[in-house]
Amino acid sequence: MITLTHYLIASALLFGIGLAGIMTRRNVLMILLCIEMMFNAANLAFVAYARAAGDVGGQIVVFFIITVAAAEVTVGLAIAILLARQLRTLNVDEVDALKW
Amino acid sequence: MTEAVFFYTFAALMLAAAIVVVRHRQPMYSVLALLVVMCCLACLFIMLDAYFVAALQVLLYAGAVLVLFLFVIMLLNLEPEALARVRLFTLRTTGTCVAAALSVLLVHVLQGSGGEPSLAMLRPPNGTVESIGRELFTTYLLPFELTSFLILAAIIGAVALAKHQKPGE
Repeated sequence: MITLTHYLIASALLFGIGLAGIMTRRNVLMILLCIEMMFNAANLAFVAYARAAGDVGGQIVVFFIITVAAAEVTVGLAIAILLARQLRTLNVDEVDALKW
Repeated sequence: MTEAVFFYTFAALMLAAAIVVVRHRQPMYSVLALLVVMCCLACLFIMLDAYFVAALQVLLYAGAVLVLFLFVIMLLNLEPEALARVRLFTLRTTGTCVAAALSVLLVHVLQGSGGEPSLAMLRPPNGTVESIGRELFTTYLLPFELTSFLILAAIIGAVALAKHQKPGE
């Protein structure tokens, strides 16, 4: 029997894997990718709770999360392109100045 | 029984692809593995009666956001990430251990919730376009209108950031 807890544990494991990715990858684009994965884990938790509580509001929140993630990826990728163009590096260890 | 088979298949495939996202050296393979993660998530959403959200996941997330990632990766022509220096080896192990500890804690906390033996509730939420549309345009109308401002801000920000600067300015 697949209960709510199964979906929540899958969401938690996906979140943890995304977190490990953020802490170990040094490329800006890969960190953004792992952030997207954490968003997806949260979406799974929202939809699972929406199903368990009989409330469709969880799915509407997922709708808004997808929209916000798309907007954030747009600006984040624009910043990454600027980094690659001006600093010639995408390694986050080398981006350590507020203004250059 | 079939629900358990489907759930474990999609969840195992999703977590395996997630580990490929985190561990692979080539950026292109990571993005494609994230595509697999998102499609498995769409299948899990369908199992949870969220049909509209599953379609949105494939259309918007996998079809727009990931394609944007692919465009930028192909534009920037990234090389595979260099192997870590000796100092960063300990950082990678520490980071993985911290993330593993946090997920163990999260799993432990979430195991207490969800006391129902099955997800078959008396009135399952109708995840169709009609029911979500009805809620979206009555109860959640204000956030819906505010996201248009958010998208406008994102567009203006992206255009302002990526615009070519003339040598004089």
